[in-house]
Amino acid sequence: MSTLTEAPAPVRRPRRRRLDASLIVGIALVGVIIIGSVLVASVGRNFFSAGNIRDILTGMSVLGFVAIGQTLVILCASLDLSVPYVVSLSSLIAADMMAGNPGNIPAAVLTVLVVAALIGTANGLIVTKLKVNGFIATLGTGLIIKGYLDTNYKGTSGSVPWEFQLIGATGVGPVPVSTLIMLGVAVLGALFLARTRTGNHMFAVGGNEQVARLSGIRTARPVIIAHLLCSMTAALAGLLLASRLGVGSPTVGSQGGYDLLSIAAVVLGGTLLLGGRGSIWGTIGGVAIFAVVDNVMSVMQVNPFLKDVVRGIVIVAAVAVYTARVTERRRPRFTAGSPTPDGAGGASERIGPDSLDNAGVAHSDSPVEDPQKEAGA
Amino acid sequence: MSAVTSDSQHLGHRLAGFGRTLISPRGAVFLLLIVLLIAITVLNPSFAEPSQFVRFVQRVAPVAIVAIGQYFVIVGGEFDLSMGSVVTAQVVIAGNLIGQDESKSIPVLLFMLAFGAFIGLVNGLIVSFLKVPSFIATLGMMLALLGATLYWTGGAATGNPADGFRQIGRGGIRDLPVIGVLPWSVVILVVLLVIAIWFARRPFGRSIKALGDNPTTAHYSGTRTWWVKTSTFVLSSLSATVAGVLLVGYAGVHPSVGRGYEFTAITAVVLGGVVLGGGRGWVVAAAAGAFALEALFTLLNFAGVPSTYREAVQGAIIILAVAYAATTIRARRRGRALETSPAPEAKEPDPSEDPARPAPIPSTSRADNETKGGS
Repeated sequence: MSTLTEAPAPVRRPRRRRLDASLIVGIALVGVIIIGSVLVASVGRNFFSAGNIRDILTGMSVLGFVAIGQTLVILCASLDLSVPYVVSLSSLIAADMMAGNPGNIPAAVLTVLVVAALIGTANGLIVTKLKVNGFIATLGTGLIIKGYLDTNYKGTSGSVPWEFQLIGATGVGPVPVSTLIMLGVAVLGALFLARTRTGNHMFAVGGNEQVARLSGIRTARPVIIAHLLCSMTAALAGLLLASRLGVGSPTVGSQGGYDLLSIAAVVLGGTLLLGGRGSIWGTIGGVAIFAVVDNVMSVMQVNPFLKDVVRGIVIVAAVAVYTARVTERRRPRFTAGSPTPDGAGGASERIGPDSLDNAGVAHSDSPVEDPQKEAGA
Repeated sequence: MSAVTSDSQHLGHRLAGFGRTLISPRGAVFLLLIVLLIAITVLNPSFAEPSQFVRFVQRVAPVAIVAIGQYFVIVGGEFDLSMGSVVTAQVVIAGNLIGQDESKSIPVLLFMLAFGAFIGLVNGLIVSFLKVPSFIATLGMMLALLGATLYWTGGAATGNPADGFRQIGRGGIRDLPVIGVLPWSVVILVVLLVIAIWFARRPFGRSIKALGDNPTTAHYSGTRTWWVKTSTFVLSSLSATVAGVLLVGYAGVHPSVGRGYEFTAITAVVLGGVVLGGGRGWVVAAAAGAFALEALFTLLNFAGVPSTYREAVQGAIIILAVAYAATTIRARRRGRALETSPAPEAKEPDPSEDPARPAPIPSTSRADNETKGGS
């Protein structure tokens, strides 16, 4: 871990602002890979063999889908704890509707996505219109879905045709198709955040809802869309799991612990839990770190219970390394009493220290630039 | 005569005020609890018997104690997701270290308390000094502690503490006139609740609230923020330890005891009107939230709702309760705060504007009920 702390230091001096979240995650990932490959080599295996890389990439794909959606939600300063149940529900609906017949695949996929979109919209509406905070709202909807699953399904159900199972089973060279799809969704997500108006508004609303509203953004819409997209990516994860298992399972989501692990991956990827700052690529990096750590532990045949211990320590240590840097960068504005960045000064004066924080930091980020300028004007 | 009328008028005012408090979001949990208890009694009249009711309180005690601990963390603006794992770890420790040797009870109990305090200290120090958001820090602690516990036990139920130790959770003061048996857990709950109320009123308890409301002002006004924050985590881990001791009594030793307690506790606290993100809430309401939650389960049980639907109903109730509290608080605050806010469409201005409550300072922008997961 010491390599992680020291690596960024020399680079930072000349252009501090350039070294953003996803780059640090990349450095951390490289560090984890180096440590991992040394450990794997110490037991006489090759970390970079095609089979092993394939394993790691396969391990990334499901959590990757969930984490991409979770990134959007967390950017909006909300949370989605209902994802594991959406994953389970999607796998069940898909497997039941396909019923072993390849002709049913399009209809099943479409239904799954529509159902997930409805759940996501419900989450978003509860968060924005009923003003229930995201943690409680999605905990509640998750419980409702769980109640439905427990009541109607006693075990695995349905069957997935071979054609659909191929998605989870085939690959291009060492890269599985499922990972390629996941990366494709990540590209779409990154483009969505960078290029569309709603994507930019997500940063603004997450950074400071009041400022966003005062600068004329409809604050509800980005949040609803983030929740909608999050449920839909969770549904994609469910479809992928159904294709891997060949059946739908009511516990596949909660066993994976996708709610907390996806949040951990997102935070590991440098996205602020307070919202407003972060990136999809950082999240993918966070997911990759998890996958590498898991893979190294599997290769070394670590006791499955100890794996959780290592996972917990890695999460805390990695986030600690990351936040140590961020706070370092922020602190001078507080102690030295230096003037706030010009553009955001007027608005943040009234809104208070919380937003001062966000406004100042967000200023350096290109996607947030526009809303912040509007806020200052 | 005139004295009587003025007295009754006064009483009427008091009653009206009481009614308004019940309808207001801060009192909603008590209203919910009363409604649930009445509904249970209607379905099952024997529930109202003192002995039955005391048993109900005994069953709620561990959840309520965990909720009290979680209250301090949440009102200080943080989360503690590691509580369930602490409960599990303590249950397993009690089972393995005490065994059938009753003389070990006291030393092991002291060790458990020290271990609980240590876990809380680690959580608090990670959050305060490494600046890791509490959501992540305690999530890591939850995984690590549960993994370590399961590794120790091999994932199976092991050990069984001496009966003397289990009496804390099971036994009680016998042969009392009305209620029959007064379980120790009820006594412990009442004592802890009283201590918690007292503690929350102390300057230290107030600085926890101040810290949760606005860390910067708390820091400027001279609060040792790291110590206040750390102590909330120590308190929550200690309360999880006490809950673990009680649970050993009637749930026995199993690595699944305590699973999900962190979410139950957070749910109870939020149901009690405590605002996630910190700064607002009453510890008694948090405990009442735990009672309301457990009463809800009891009601569903008596009503013959299939057990699988219980969680669904729980989810719906949580959302509705919080939505009710959130919309009324919003409506109340919107009229006063931020003059610049366009179109303050106060949907239902709450009549129970409490004059004792200071007007919201315009500079505190953080709206109510908004997750700020961590510092």
